[in-house]
Amino acid sequence: METLWFAVVTLMLAIFIVLDGFDFGVGMVYPFVVRSEAEHRTVLASIGPLWNANEVWLIAAGAVLFFAYPRAYAAGFSGFYLALILVLWLLIFRGLALELRSHVDHALWKQAWDTAFTTASLLLAFVFGAALGNLIRGVPLNRDGYFFVPFWTDFQPGPEPGILDWFTVLLGLTTVSILAFHGANYLAMKTAGALYQRAVSTACVMGWGSAGCTALTVTAVPFVQPSLRLNFAGHPMEYLVPLSGIFALGSSLYLRHRRRDTAAFLTSSAFILLMLASVMFGMYPYILVSTTDPALSLTVFNAATDSYGLTIGFAWFGVGLLLVVAYQSYVYSLFWGKTRSDDAH
Amino acid sequence: MTSALLYDRLQFAFTATFHYLFPQLTMGLALLLLYLRSRALVTDDEHYQQVSDFWTGIFALNFGFGVVTGIPLEFQFGTNWARFSNFAGGVIGQTLAMEGVFAFFLESSFLGILLFRKRFSRRMQWVAALMLFVGSWLSGYFILATNAWMQHPVAYHVGEDGRVFVDSLSELLTNPWLFWQFTHNMTAAVVTASCMIAAVGAYYLLSGQYLPHAKTFLRTGVVAGAIASALMIFPTGHGNAKQVFEHQPVKGAAFEGLFTTERGAGLYLVGQPNLETMTIDNPIEIPNALSFLVYKDLYAKVKGLDAFPRDEWPDNLPLLYYAYHIMAGLGTIFAAIFGLALLSLWRGRLFNMKWLLWLLMLSVPFPYIATSAGWMTAELGRQPWLVYGLLRTADGTSPLVHSGNALFTLIGFLGLYLLLGLLFVFLLGKKIRRGPGSISPQAVSHA
Repeated sequence: METLWFAVVTLMLAIFIVLDGFDFGVGMVYPFVVRSEAEHRTVLASIGPLWNANEVWLIAAGAVLFFAYPRAYAAGFSGFYLALILVLWLLIFRGLALELRSHVDHALWKQAWDTAFTTASLLLAFVFGAALGNLIRGVPLNRDGYFFVPFWTDFQPGPEPGILDWFTVLLGLTTVSILAFHGANYLAMKTAGALYQRAVSTACVMGWGSAGCTALTVTAVPFVQPSLRLNFAGHPMEYLVPLSGIFALGSSLYLRHRRRDTAAFLTSSAFILLMLASVMFGMYPYILVSTTDPALSLTVFNAATDSYGLTIGFAWFGVGLLLVVAYQSYVYSLFWGKTRSDDAH
Repeated sequence: MTSALLYDRLQFAFTATFHYLFPQLTMGLALLLLYLRSRALVTDDEHYQQVSDFWTGIFALNFGFGVVTGIPLEFQFGTNWARFSNFAGGVIGQTLAMEGVFAFFLESSFLGILLFRKRFSRRMQWVAALMLFVGSWLSGYFILATNAWMQHPVAYHVGEDGRVFVDSLSELLTNPWLFWQFTHNMTAAVVTASCMIAAVGAYYLLSGQYLPHAKTFLRTGVVAGAIASALMIFPTGHGNAKQVFEHQPVKGAAFEGLFTTERGAGLYLVGQPNLETMTIDNPIEIPNALSFLVYKDLYAKVKGLDAFPRDEWPDNLPLLYYAYHIMAGLGTIFAAIFGLALLSLWRGRLFNMKWLLWLLMLSVPFPYIATSAGWMTAELGRQPWLVYGLLRTADGTSPLVHSGNALFTLIGFLGLYLLLGLLFVFLLGKKIRRGPGSISPQAVSHA
């Protein structure tokens, strides 16, 4: 049961990265692909009705983490205090930018929210990548099961790390490039004409950037967190997951160049899902690895709530998830296909 | 109080109070919009469609602010109240996660349809309005279930490590405390929305514009407001007060400024609690009223603050006393104004009564003040406990988040929310000025 909820939380986070990831990506490539006000409107309308529900996957994943692993939620959220509050502020700005841009018909108003949208999307993608880096690298948990990391110390992933060190910065940049690629793929799928051409060429650049960054990250991981490699060495079959992830990235790049838009987007989604699944397999059973003493780490077993809670939760979560999948796919189907500028609200 | 604890409390109080300015209108308006859209659908009347579209625009604006200010609350349990999260996650994790899975997805998915409603039929718009009503009220239900457990813990056991775990999900969701809390809170939300609708109607009528819309706004707002403000006092307000006196008597005594245990206790309408002399200064009192309201007996004994050890008294007694009196006083005034307006509407005079229209127009801020004061009553009254009787607030903070970090983020939230408040008021004013039935400028330029 503890393991099952670990899979649920990571799956929810992975869905969040795939779904909200494309609208983050759209935010990042936005200034590079749009030229006219009509194009601005088309791009925003392509994510307008969907981004909010995508973001809920993050909120719900946080809440499910709280419910299933209260100890990990408490330690993680207070330990990454500064980064999380920064995430909150950025989410507020990003949400406002998307909601408020159309309310006032004035060039300066629109420019201000466009800048806020791009900046917040970029920084959030970076912070989410750095957060993943922190989880892989580990944090200095104390005997009471808590820790606190400042933004940075000496930029080294040692026993007293900061949120930012060379490894987590690398993961941040990798995430930025992957989500920009993913977002440009989405835009290519949703647009036509000159906008489409620019989305495709941006996607190509970002796709090769993703490939380079991913190669660096995959090389760096075993040095920073050896236990990840040990986990894979113990279950060689699991190597299939990251390998198929890399295969998905390769296919996505190929399909991108062949202008198979939907297939390119689906394979970049698969790439993100498989890479996050690899991290999950590599980390299990750890949720938060301690850099000070491995025995202080929080695992899916010592951080979980009791068995009644996990079992009853499974009943309502199953029902809830079916409902969510049903109406979220319904809403997606309503907005399927190319977006036009007069779709804006 | 250590400074970190003070900043943690101020930050949560500030972000929660500011956030709740938005969902109360969302929840109240969701109900009224469902009514308006049903009318539009059934009568196929363009007028009701325009009225619905106008309020949907304000609903969406308000909803957006509610979403962005709501996310910090979900996160702050962990960031600032880690020991509380660790202690109580085995219980309230259930309700909070259920809110995410059942309410947030529903609301956010169908909001997209309402925002881009021009592409959809009236029937689809009605479905979206229904889903937003269900979603927002479910969200309120799960959050109140969480708060009800903190006020009146049920269905839990204490584990070997001293943390609490849920025993029965159904008992947690049917906490007896929750019934009055939910009904009181939701009727208050309807009062907020009714006031807003009636006030915009009164503004249009007084300034002589959009007259047909103004009259529909006033009729809807006044009828809903009169029903809701009556229900807010009785039975829901009364039910809440009774359960406070039954289960949290020290909180009840603090509400009323009852320093000493009395037979035939009176009710203070006005007065200032004096902590030096332990009396109420400048009191205006209805004799025996408190005993009667709580126990239906003019001479019943009501426990005063002196019946409890000092370290169990709510730690900000005067503020709690004022919050309670502001809430109860404003609630009474709303019932009077809406009652009068309903009577005038029924007699066919409301639209010509300028002074009453002025009163309705100027009433907008007061439901917000009343609900904020109401939540201060509930939450300050729960002090010094975070979970009543189980965990003290001072023992719930994050152990390693020091005061410098907490103050840094508190200042950040203050600045950011000041900006948000200004933006909201500006954009709301713009929507009201543009009025119902008109087409937005950018829709014209791209038609």
